[in-house]
Amino acid sequence: MKNLLDRRKFLKGGLASGVLASVLGTGKKAFAEHSFGGYPNSMGVLVDLSKCIGCRTCEAACNKEQEMPAPDKPFDDMSVFDEIRHGQKRRTSEKTHTVVNRYDVPGHDGPVFRKFQCNHCNEPGCLSSCFVNAYTKTPEGAVVYNEKVCVGCRTCMIACPFYVPAYKYSSPINPVITKCKMCYDTRLKNGRPPACVEACPQEVMTFGKRRDLIKLGHERIQKNPGKYIDHIYGEKEVGGTAWMYLSSVPFAEVGFNTELGDQPIVNYVKEFLTVVPMVLTIWPALFTGFHLLAKRKENQKESQKATTPSDRNA
Amino acid sequence: MKRFVAQGYDLPFINNTAISGGKKWTIKEKLLLGLTPSQYMDQFVRNPFNWLFTLIFMVGLPILAGRFYYGLGWATHGSYDYPWGLFLGWGLFVMVPLSASGFMLGTTVEVFGREDFKPIERLALLNGLLGYLFAVIFLQVDLGQPWRLIYPMFVSLGPAAVLFLVAWHVATYLSVQVAELLPAVAEWGNWPGMKKFVKSMILGLTISGIILSTLHQGALGALFTYAPGKVHPLWYSSPFQWFYFFCSSIFAGLSMLIVVSTLCKRFLSWRCDRRFLDNLDHQTMGLAKGAVLSLITYLVIKIIAIAHAENWAYLVTGWGGYYLLEICFGVLLPIVLYTKALRNNRPGLARFAALVTVLGIALNRINTALVAFNWNLYREIPHWREVIISITVYTLYIVTYRFILYRLPILYQIKAKP
Repeated sequence: MKNLLDRRKFLKGGLASGVLASVLGTGKKAFAEHSFGGYPNSMGVLVDLSKCIGCRTCEAACNKEQEMPAPDKPFDDMSVFDEIRHGQKRRTSEKTHTVVNRYDVPGHDGPVFRKFQCNHCNEPGCLSSCFVNAYTKTPEGAVVYNEKVCVGCRTCMIACPFYVPAYKYSSPINPVITKCKMCYDTRLKNGRPPACVEACPQEVMTFGKRRDLIKLGHERIQKNPGKYIDHIYGEKEVGGTAWMYLSSVPFAEVGFNTELGDQPIVNYVKEFLTVVPMVLTIWPALFTGFHLLAKRKENQKESQKATTPSDRNA
Repeated sequence: MKRFVAQGYDLPFINNTAISGGKKWTIKEKLLLGLTPSQYMDQFVRNPFNWLFTLIFMVGLPILAGRFYYGLGWATHGSYDYPWGLFLGWGLFVMVPLSASGFMLGTTVEVFGREDFKPIERLALLNGLLGYLFAVIFLQVDLGQPWRLIYPMFVSLGPAAVLFLVAWHVATYLSVQVAELLPAVAEWGNWPGMKKFVKSMILGLTISGIILSTLHQGALGALFTYAPGKVHPLWYSSPFQWFYFFCSSIFAGLSMLIVVSTLCKRFLSWRCDRRFLDNLDHQTMGLAKGAVLSLITYLVIKIIAIAHAENWAYLVTGWGGYYLLEICFGVLLPIVLYTKALRNNRPGLARFAALVTVLGIALNRINTALVAFNWNLYREIPHWREVIISITVYTLYIVTYRFILYRLPILYQIKAKP
């Protein structure tokens, strides 16, 4: 009888923890099953590196549009191309959403320039890693960030395969993530191209619907045999990005990571996310079983001690 | 304190009894360990560790305050490429696995019914609670806006993120651990009602502790699955990362418990009762057995993961050499030491093995979070202020730990009747 009571008490406890756990786990379960391939009519930008002359006009336009602090060196100072920190060329920072870098590619006439900013992924790693849902992929294609809810864990910086988000480390009271928002609130939302695209004197960048840009890119590659590498960087990389690139030199030579693969970042995490509901459902039963087994042995021992053989036969 | 005990001072509960000379201890006596304030200062000054701690606090606390006044950019390098530094690399990723002892021993005693581990259960629970608490404190030092810590709970929810799971589970598990330790507080303060209440749900608490621990220990590993290509392939595995972290937390927690109990025996023997001291060798060997089993499991899964991802070629590179060093020092060496200790029944050797294991797990977590992170970029040496703040917070952890061990019935029992 005592045994039965114990068991009942135990099951109650197990049930309670199971309920608690499943309440906590519902959101994750839903996520593991859904996959998002990007909005059908989202906008994008096709960057043709072969046209870029490294004038940094786009950097200046971005700085003005986003009301960023004055740069350390003026935008017509080309010595920034020689800046090397930790063996790396310039990157996005809390002072700039976009940078142009110069690459000297062996066997290529003159330097190659590469503009760099947030690529606005179809399935952004930053978005999927954020535990306060600060990031949104808008139907227009921009990945925007809400600084009002950001706690400052900086997991998005870990999760971004392109090393884009920067953090306002200098601010003690309101440090936030800074990154390109494709001029979403001032331009994109009204159908206008981002400031950098419009400012470019060389028409390096083409603004349009992402699916049209992919067609355009492939056309350009075909119409100019031998000019371009036969690949649009960003068409498939990490699930596709809104910003895509054409290049006449191998992408790896101008600072692109060509080993990212086509899977969106969240796919690498799904393996764990599928474990979550399993643990939540299997563990309580499993350990309840262990407990009952352990208790049973004990109870058997006790009852053996308590009863004499003749009692048991009776 | 040893001196006071040797002189025959009547410290609270020193004879396992709640009553001294016919009357109960007052809260003040319990807090001051039955000493007068001047006697208390005496023992404080006499202990050389206190001098060291005071020095650390004098240097470290102003710098810690500076981190909040001047911002993270002042205290750290403010790196965009290494958003996580020592505060998380050490404070979260090392401290959490070392605090797995709570759920391990909770499971052993309450679920598996191994009552023989009861004398060390509370130390395991305390080690768990404080480890988590200070991991959260480290997190608070690292977060850009720590006052928004509750945002993922109530203000803006991102339930699909791994960190969301970590946040909820650590928060829930902290409360579970507080509840699990309430009996000790209840005995110390002589509030029997509280104890009875917790006892009635201890099993449910323990089971939810296992679930929460499995998931958040694993989730800490899964955080790095967001960074394929950034973490070196030998330290990275999309399918197995969570299991690396979960499985290694088992031997990390058990080994940390051996280390802590050894320190208690060595430095706090006056506070331990016979039940704790006499059982310690037996329990150390038991913990060692658990540790070596999980170490072997961990080693096997590491090898399987390399085969699974066909990462063999990396082993002959420089990174591979470093990886093998970590495995040899942090996994193989402990396995050999633990096995020898178990075979020849040498608790001393098991304690040494535990120390090596703890260092090994720290090495593994630091490697995953900092060294092998951005493996094809550059290494970043933490800023000196970051190092000092980390040491300061860790010292705070040690001091809190000691404060509680001095007082609550963790290493000793309080019996209602003498």
